[in-house]
Amino acid sequence: MSRFGQGRVTGVAALAALCVAACAGSGGGSTASSAGSAARALPVFQRTDMLWLERISFGIDSASVAELHRLGRQRFLAQQLSANDAALPEPIATELAVLEVAHADPARWLAEVGAEYKAINAMPEGAEREEARKKLNERGNKLAYEAVRSELLRAIYSRAQLREEMVWFWLNHFSVHQQKANLRWLTADYADRAIRPHALGRFRDLVLATLEHPAMLQYLDNSQNAVGHLNENYARELMELHTLGVNGGYSQQDVQQLARILTGSGVNAGNPPRLKPEWQKLYRREGAFEFNPARHDFGSKVLLGHSIEGRGFAEVEEAVTLIVRQPACARFISRQLATYFVADNPPKALIERMAQTFARTDGDIAAVLHEMFLAPELDDALGGKFKDPMRFVISALRFAYDGRTISNTRPLVNWLNGLGELPFGHSTPDGYPLTEASWASSGQMSRRFEIARAIGSGNAGLFDGEDGAAAAPTGFPQLSNRLYFEAEEPFLAQRTRAALAHASSQQEWNTFLLASPDFNYE
Amino acid sequence: MKRRDALKLGCTSLLGVGLAARLHAAPASGPRFVLVFLRGGYDALNLLVPYSSSFYYESRPNLAIARPDTASGTGALALNADWALAPAVRDTVGALYLARQAAFVPFAGTDDLSRSHFETQDSIELGQPTVGARDYRSGFLGRLSETLLGGAVSAPPISFTDALPLAFEGAGTVPNLSLKSVGKPPFDERQAQILSDMYAEHHLESVVRDGLDLRQEVAQKMADEMSASGRSAINTKGFELEAERMARLMRDKYRLAFIDVGGWDTHVGEGSAQGTLAGNLASLGRGLQTFSQTLGTEWNNTVVVVLSEFGRTFRENGNRGTDHGHGSVYWVMGGAIRGGSVAGEQRALTRANLLQDRDLPVLNDYRAILGGLFQRLWGLSASQGERIFPQAPARDLDLL
Repeated sequence: MSRFGQGRVTGVAALAALCVAACAGSGGGSTASSAGSAARALPVFQRTDMLWLERISFGIDSASVAELHRLGRQRFLAQQLSANDAALPEPIATELAVLEVAHADPARWLAEVGAEYKAINAMPEGAEREEARKKLNERGNKLAYEAVRSELLRAIYSRAQLREEMVWFWLNHFSVHQQKANLRWLTADYADRAIRPHALGRFRDLVLATLEHPAMLQYLDNSQNAVGHLNENYARELMELHTLGVNGGYSQQDVQQLARILTGSGVNAGNPPRLKPEWQKLYRREGAFEFNPARHDFGSKVLLGHSIEGRGFAEVEEAVTLIVRQPACARFISRQLATYFVADNPPKALIERMAQTFARTDGDIAAVLHEMFLAPELDDALGGKFKDPMRFVISALRFAYDGRTISNTRPLVNWLNGLGELPFGHSTPDGYPLTEASWASSGQMSRRFEIARAIGSGNAGLFDGEDGAAAAPTGFPQLSNRLYFEAEEPFLAQRTRAALAHASSQQEWNTFLLASPDFNYE
Repeated sequence: MKRRDALKLGCTSLLGVGLAARLHAAPASGPRFVLVFLRGGYDALNLLVPYSSSFYYESRPNLAIARPDTASGTGALALNADWALAPAVRDTVGALYLARQAAFVPFAGTDDLSRSHFETQDSIELGQPTVGARDYRSGFLGRLSETLLGGAVSAPPISFTDALPLAFEGAGTVPNLSLKSVGKPPFDERQAQILSDMYAEHHLESVVRDGLDLRQEVAQKMADEMSASGRSAINTKGFELEAERMARLMRDKYRLAFIDVGGWDTHVGEGSAQGTLAGNLASLGRGLQTFSQTLGTEWNNTVVVVLSEFGRTFRENGNRGTDHGHGSVYWVMGGAIRGGSVAGEQRALTRANLLQDRDLPVLNDYRAILGGLFQRLWGLSASQGERIFPQAPARDLDLL
């Protein structure tokens, strides 16, 4: 205890405070200005600005704080809404490029896996067969892990923070579970090709992209849905969870009608089927996605009171357009967004304005986000939103390591697993809950504190090799740094200050800060 | 020095009002209740097989479980002239049934016809009437827990889950801890005190305190048990391991518990006497048997109910699986129940008797059944029953 007396922590704090003063004096804090006097003239960073930045990103770091200083909210938001892949810093771009999943080819992979399983099943029982099975399984697990690793690295390091938040939001909204069927081979591609390109785009495109992805078609069993063998699973969730919401004004009859419309949309990694000539022109194939007219119900349907003429995949496009233009869809999507970004019980007036924007712009996601992030209701709600596990873990790493590249994401996977929010890990299609009540139970809070300690004490193995090779000891992060004094310290609650003052080491100080209510709410 | 003394005092007062004190106050004799929620809608008709129904065999050419063969001693276990138990649980739950420690209630479920997992799970956990406005902050175990708080015996609640289930909403602070893996407590008393103090007067205050306390207690408990049993105790895995740990924690302290088990949404390749569903049922059966054995004599003072959000379609689908249906089969178990029966209202399983020509109808409302069990178990009044399950008069199936 005496080795790390209060004096030391105070010393650390004083040192960092000194640095802030010195940096500000030399104008180093802002890229906008080189003159010391101009830097001092910058307005003091407001608590609401810091919290707003927490919402529009996975958590503050020095770069985003400086950027917000430079641009102000409006321009910062505009920049975020138009950000693209170039926003990935170089070491991370390289990290991602070397992953096998970066070059995903689901059609080829599914064909390979299918062939390998066939070969394995044809082998005589015994050690050799088990070995082959194990090898295939390990490859699947590796790809599954790489898919998670890609998402986590992008969440921590991408400068397109809002886009990555939206990728996470949509991955959760159109949730698929990696452990089902052969989804392990598909999830990275699902994130990169179905979700990310449309994350800030048009909602209809997003729905269709998920609908045409083998991951979704397998996860919700539509690959099994065929004329005469109706499977309603996807049809129901498409309306209940993806577009209209549970009281969105559709009936069991509509579910059946949509299921009929969806017949024939499935997965094929092999050769195209032999078809009658009149069906050949209706056949569609894109990667492993297939629309097979031989499996389609060509009868006419009535969906949500509209008749839809049986004619092939065009019915699906017509049905999706019809569904996403329902007022219930605009309201449901707006409410989900506001629940995630604004408050557990978002103000009705805000939802209404967002829904109007959604309807007016025919589902332009960026326009709806623009409305939401500049809404006075968001300002009123700042500080009151509990970080879900993903936001807690990612924000802690952004804050603690501030741009420094971690090499090993396995500890993150373990933490998110323990807190129950691993990407692609939700078994039911409803996605993870968006509100505090589901994440702040007694068991979850004590686990969260343990993770705060693992990060704060620096012995989590974040800089070890991915192969498990231990790195040279890197010590613990210095959380009482310039970023802390600029963006956290001025706004801390009295009780948090008291806890920090009782810390007997820098590691403990880090732990208490990351465990504090101030850090866990945004 | 001064600060350390203050912390010590602080710790004492922390334990004084915290979870530990409430638990130690629990009398050893109160009844226990465990709700096991099978999430995903398990296919009840391949657990409790309606073997007298030829329509069952017509409807499930690939999935149906063969009629019991009384001579063989394997296969489905005939429970009466109409029902047989799946072979997967013959040696576990079947043995409990023969000892009159297990009963089944077919045609059980809700009046929620959404056939949505999430909607129906929520519906069941809330336990409120399905028509009219709902209070999402009030689950039926929460209301039961609150009701028992003022009673003659205390019933400390716990949820063996990573997250607190909706069923326990509104009960104040209910501790939760998944027993899938249990480690050492991460903080010493001084650190735990400082962490708790940060949340003083915060709405998470008691949650934070209970979380820190519970970790210490469970770790202590597991360490004691391990050394007492010569370190050979834990060779089980999966749900069986969870159930064993659950029994050890419930033997002394907790009286009202929730646990959930997933993996029941068998749209594709469900299997029959063997396969996916059979494997899941076998694991569940072994776990429940282990639970009963680990509780020892306290099993006589315990009731377990196993339920799921809905049953599945009576007919198999085109993929050797089943889709979301309606009526289910609930299980009631306990050392001192009047088991060995298939209870509640029933009707012959013919096509005409199906709901919407596809599902088992619900003839035994889950709120009425559970209300009846709770009233018997704790001697509750009708008005207390009404508080737990509003507008659902209790129905006594005479199982307790």
